Amino acid sequence: MLKFVIFTSVLAISTSAIELTFELPDNANQCFYEDLKKDVDSVFEFQVVTGGHYDVDLIIEDPNGKVLYKDTKKQYDSINFKAELDGTYKACFSNEFSTFSHKIVYMDWQFGDRNALHAAVTQGAHAMSQLENYAVSIGDKLRTIDDYQTHHRLREATGRKRAEELNERVMIWSLGQSAVVVFIGIGQVFLLKSFFNDKRTRY
Amino acid sequence: MRAVFALLSLATVVNSLYFHIAETEKKCFIEEIPDETMVTGNYKVQLYDPNTKGYGDYPNIGMHVEVKDPEDKVILSKLYTAEGRFTFTSNTPGEHVICIYSNSTAWFNGAQLRVHLDIQAGDHAQDYAQIAQKDKLNELQLRIRQLLDQVDQITKEQNYQRYREERFRQTSESTNSRVFYWSIAQIVVLAITGAWQMRHLRGFFEAKKLV
Repeated sequence: MLKFVIFTSVLAISTSAIELTFELPDNANQCFYEDLKKDVDSVFEFQVVTGGHYDVDLIIEDPNGKVLYKDTKKQYDSINFKAELDGTYKACFSNEFSTFSHKIVYMDWQFGDRNALHAAVTQGAHAMSQLENYAVSIGDKLRTIDDYQTHHRLREATGRKRAEELNERVMIWSLGQSAVVVFIGIGQVFLLKSFFNDKRTRY
Repeated sequence: MRAVFALLSLATVVNSLYFHIAETEKKCFIEEIPDETMVTGNYKVQLYDPNTKGYGDYPNIGMHVEVKDPEDKVILSKLYTAEGRFTFTSNTPGEHVICIYSNSTAWFNGAQLRVHLDIQAGDHAQDYAQIAQKDKLNELQLRIRQLLDQVDQITKEQNYQRYREERFRQTSESTNSRVFYWSIAQIVVLAITGAWQMRHLRGFFEAKKLV
């Protein structure tokens, strides 16, 4: 009985995913580490939600410091890799090239065997019935929908934040321009007057 | 039996993603979630030990966990031990900010902390092995339960998407009307400035007997 519990729970652990959305200040560097076992598949996805030109640098390194992925100024990407060694894998986001725009970055790191999701969740091993298989495949499809939804949500967030920023800018610019027009209008008059005043005093 | 589960849940914490922060640093994560969504977080903090050049457990560190809802209202603020689990359920849809920081009183940055963190939202936050055990569900019942939760989450998410789309549209409409009114206002401002210039200069020239 105890063995079964451990077995099934290990299965539940062996596949896991973490989604994080975090803020990356200007000139900052943020690293995440994950201990992976040999031959474990990983899917690493990221997307810049807001800030600057929506780009970020990313480096993924294996435990020996071998670079598995390195790219600069990417807006989004999806990386698949298989762990060749046991140890700590490192993913570092860097915004060092940007001096003033802080960014919001979404990342999703899935590791482990995806098929483990199909394994029995309850105790005891048994053959799956047709109905159970259907349930599993519906579950898979729903997970895909969820994934698409996440991406859609992030895109929408990017668009929405841009629109909010635009709204703000239009507002500020309008006020600024009003002030400039009035200022120049008054300035012109006084400048013109000063020309005539000068002539009078000189001759 | 319970003990086994407790042990295993600890194992997941150790197994999870980690990052480093300075002792006095505050780290925030954003979770954009629909309403009525449960979020759970597991974390464990380790302290850098210069003697062993490694990270060791140090149970005296306390960690503050603070969660703010989209209106910037604090919905969870608690001091936990070096290892803990926090759960909250959203009331309003939107961006929830989860911040963690230690209760360290170090003056400068102090030592390095290693934070193991696992945050799960919605149906990912459920522990199905435990649900199956508690409700005595068989395999198929559990699968269906899982499907139900997934569909539920997707429905909530779509509902939230509608809400966000509405906000997006409002922003765009506001921008549109601002641009429109601004163009009218600009003409008015220009006309007034021009009229004032003419009037003022005419008065000036007449006074100077130039015309």
